[in-house]
Amino acid sequence: MKITAKPLPSVELPELRQVGKPLRRVDALSKTVGATLYAGDYYPTNLLYGKVFRSTIPHGKIRRLDVSQARALEGVACVLTAGDLPRAVLVTDMPGQTGQKRRSGSDAQVLATDTVRFIGEPIALVAAETEALAEQALRLIEIEYDPLPAVFDPLEAMQPGAPQIYPPDNVVARWRIRKGDVAAGMAAADVIVENTFSVPYQEHAYLEPEAGVSWVDERGVINIRVCTQVVEHFRSISLALGVPQNKLRIQGTMVGGGFGGKEDITVEIFLGLLAKATGRPVRLAFSREESILAHSKRHPYVITHRTGVTRDGHITAAEVKVISNSGAYVYLSPYVLLYSTGMAVGPYRVENVSVSSASVATNNPFTSAFRGFGAPQVCVAYEQQMDEIARAIGMDPYELRRRNFIHKGDLTIHGQELTSAAWLEETTTRAVAALGDPTPDWGSFKVGQGFASYMQSYGRITWLHDTSQAWVGLEMDGTATIRAGVPDLGAGQISALAQIVSEVLGVAMKDITIYHTDSAVTPLSGTSTATRQLYMSGNATLQAATAIRKNLLERASRYFEELPEAIDLADARAFVKGHPEQSLRLAELVAMCASEGLPLANLAMFKAPFTGPIDPETGQGQIWPDFTFGAQAVEVAVDTETGEILLLKSAACHDVGRAINPAAVEGQIQGGSSQGLGYALMEDLAVEQGRIKAGSLSEYLIPTACDFPETQVIILESGTGVGPFGAKGIGEPSFTPAPGAVANAVANALGVRIHELPLTPDRVLAALDKTGKRSG
Amino acid sequence: MEAKVIHLTVNGRAHRALVEPNLSLLHVLRELLGYTDVKNGCEKGDCGACTVILNGKAVNSCLVLAWQAEGAVVVTDTGLGTLEHPHPVQEAFADLGAAQCGYCTPGMVVSAKALLDENPHPSEAEIREALSGNLCRCTGYGQIVHAVQLAAEKMVTAESAENAEEKTR
Ligand code: FES
Ligand code: FES
Repeated sequence: MKITAKPLPSVELPELRQVGKPLRRVDALSKTVGATLYAGDYYPTNLLYGKVFRSTIPHGKIRRLDVSQARALEGVACVLTAGDLPRAVLVTDMPGQTGQKRRSGSDAQVLATDTVRFIGEPIALVAAETEALAEQALRLIEIEYDPLPAVFDPLEAMQPGAPQIYPPDNVVARWRIRKGDVAAGMAAADVIVENTFSVPYQEHAYLEPEAGVSWVDERGVINIRVCTQVVEHFRSISLALGVPQNKLRIQGTMVGGGFGGKEDITVEIFLGLLAKATGRPVRLAFSREESILAHSKRHPYVITHRTGVTRDGHITAAEVKVISNSGAYVYLSPYVLLYSTGMAVGPYRVENVSVSSASVATNNPFTSAFRGFGAPQVCVAYEQQMDEIARAIGMDPYELRRRNFIHKGDLTIHGQELTSAAWLEETTTRAVAALGDPTPDWGSFKVGQGFASYMQSYGRITWLHDTSQAWVGLEMDGTATIRAGVPDLGAGQISALAQIVSEVLGVAMKDITIYHTDSAVTPLSGTSTATRQLYMSGNATLQAATAIRKNLLERASRYFEELPEAIDLADARAFVKGHPEQSLRLAELVAMCASEGLPLANLAMFKAPFTGPIDPETGQGQIWPDFTFGAQAVEVAVDTETGEILLLKSAACHDVGRAINPAAVEGQIQGGSSQGLGYALMEDLAVEQGRIKAGSLSEYLIPTACDFPETQVIILESGTGVGPFGAKGIGEPSFTPAPGAVANAVANALGVRIHELPLTPDRVLAALDKTGKRSG
Repeated sequence: MEAKVIHLTVNGRAHRALVEPNLSLLHVLRELLGYTDVKNGCEKGDCGACTVILNGKAVNSCLVLAWQAEGAVVVTDTGLGTLEHPHPVQEAFADLGAAQCGYCTPGMVVSAKALLDENPHPSEAEIREALSGNLCRCTGYGQIVHAVQLAAEKMVTAESAENAEEKTR
């Protein structure tokens, strides 16, 4: 592949003082010196230790459950089963700060009432004086099941007569897109290319297993200190506990990695129930094995593309069928599937489209959010399909894409107009060019290069009516405080807010304190999901800081006898632009404002666009606020003797709109890339008959420091995003193109395509055997 | 077997603790002595989050029985530096974005410090090898490797400055 970088359109981004600089994050030093306290790091006095008793079979009726011996054990404070709960409802649908949306049929059981549907489903809770006693109590619980027939394959689960997990047909969600005339489009094609691709589970494998501690305070409020991506779960937890919403407080902590796995409720609901039942502080921390058993996974998919194309590379029609495995409960599967549906054909303009998708319940571990939320799985499929189309018509894979890329002003397949820059050529050419010439083959190694382009939304689905709030205040000494409900997962969520306030108010980063992720003391900012925090809370913070700035400038304009526009704030001073000698300490200006009663604090709410739902028959309508565009390219060497794949080079280029903190953006891109490369090449949960075979970190292998070279990161800034200062979102998009790029590079190296991930040595050798290309 | 009293020096502080025979050093450090900067990521030796320096060597504290550590000198991440006076490795990690969620960080910093004690000029391959037992799910390791390189430079410069000062005295 010989490609030169496409020149960038001219963009004039204003030079700013703080925004755009790779500053040390506000949370960084505390983490590196070990001062940050995580959810599992609190040990109050009088503590009880919680444990969860779980199902060991994939599907069955509980014939007998006897907890009497566990209850009788000395040192056991309580044992809870479903019968002991006021309401055993576990809300698994989209939590929202503007009111919980709950699709019918999406609720699950907190503890199994009479049926278990997957291995690991919670059945009983124990709290005891020591962890060892709690474990002993678990061993004293007696259970007998009447096993029920189980189903593990989503295609089988859809057949009539299959075991019913989710009546009547196990389909938990369907979406469809119908646009143009597919039959006519196919008829106009010179070639029709059809392929089926499948992608597996992925385990989040954050380094911090789920943990927390709970207690009842002097107000009677149940406090839960927990690592979560969603403070707003306090509403669903209060429902399950049967207490008013204002009697339940979530105190989030710094999260030791989330990636979607701490988006659904994990330990917090058990902590609430145990603290309420015992009136004592309770700690509950999952072991690594329990963490892998208990939380959601990335959905496996089977995706079939049928694409019509002319000889000159014009796509005339696309028909896509998408099936995802939802596991035993619904959780966020319908929304993940919607993302897959809306982005099923990728960043291409296709007039005649049909997408039919379904998410199907099975007796497998349940699946839900994982970085990318259904977008990476379809990218693996559509980008392999593009390479296959190019091969079928004998066209260069980049040239085929270039002829079909979607542009600003075009409509997506769901009829949403693209309103920001769609730099697909700019990003793709840069990622591919960064690889340079291919390394020559050597010995039994064959070298290949491949790439993937993508588009992906940031911000929540617009019909969920998303809002975020942030509070900013100045203190009398000129320091600033931010209060925002934002959970920080390590992506720099809160530090970005500080950088924005620092820019707008001229307060140094070190002079800003942030309180965050607490349902009692910080205004709700919504979830740290959907790559929405910089967009939503960044804008809310910008609004709040700008309101204070206005008051400061107004007061300073009277002091300097200059227009407010002639005054600026920087380095803890107010000054007349172009006349830095005419300046005033910020603390003095604050005192002047205070003495006149001018507000020095502001609570702002930012609203995303509020739209109505899409048309259920055609899938047409606005779904997302905006999109990020980019590409990744990789070079691999495949050993045709052993099937082993070495990653030789990797380069990613994304248009992030505006990089608030380029070092943090680079970190997101490198981290997302690493997870995506791991998904393609090594991560294998090995779920058989509903049982996770790779249930520990010695069996489920994630990338180590020695597995992959560093991904070269190329950051572009079109300045056209809907986030603060023109930023787009990058947290999730950073993952999306990596696995498809690897699949294309391996196919390029071998001259044969493997349609399933991960690309294990066994699959490579099987593919080589089929084509007689195996060496040795 | 009965519990017995063991003696440990952790970050320069002498401790005595009554310890059951089957408890790991990780458990004793975190749950009995309050060193919560030593993280628990797996308790099986797979992740490196629990790394401490035990008598000069970086080890996974979850794999060491506390009884075997009788009389040992242990250094954890908080023993290397503080918010006011961070260790050069801690400072470099903060400056270069090497800590994202930060959960792997105390173990990672300790492994990097142990490496630089032994090998003040490591190559990139040597750094990656030395950190290969410390998993990080957030960073993809690139910024961590750069931070260790930066810390190595700074430590060598600081040391030669110190030596130069001594000579002139
Ligand atoms: S906790 Fe010791 S290696 Fe993971
Ligand atoms: S920074 Fe999150 S695991 Fe390393």
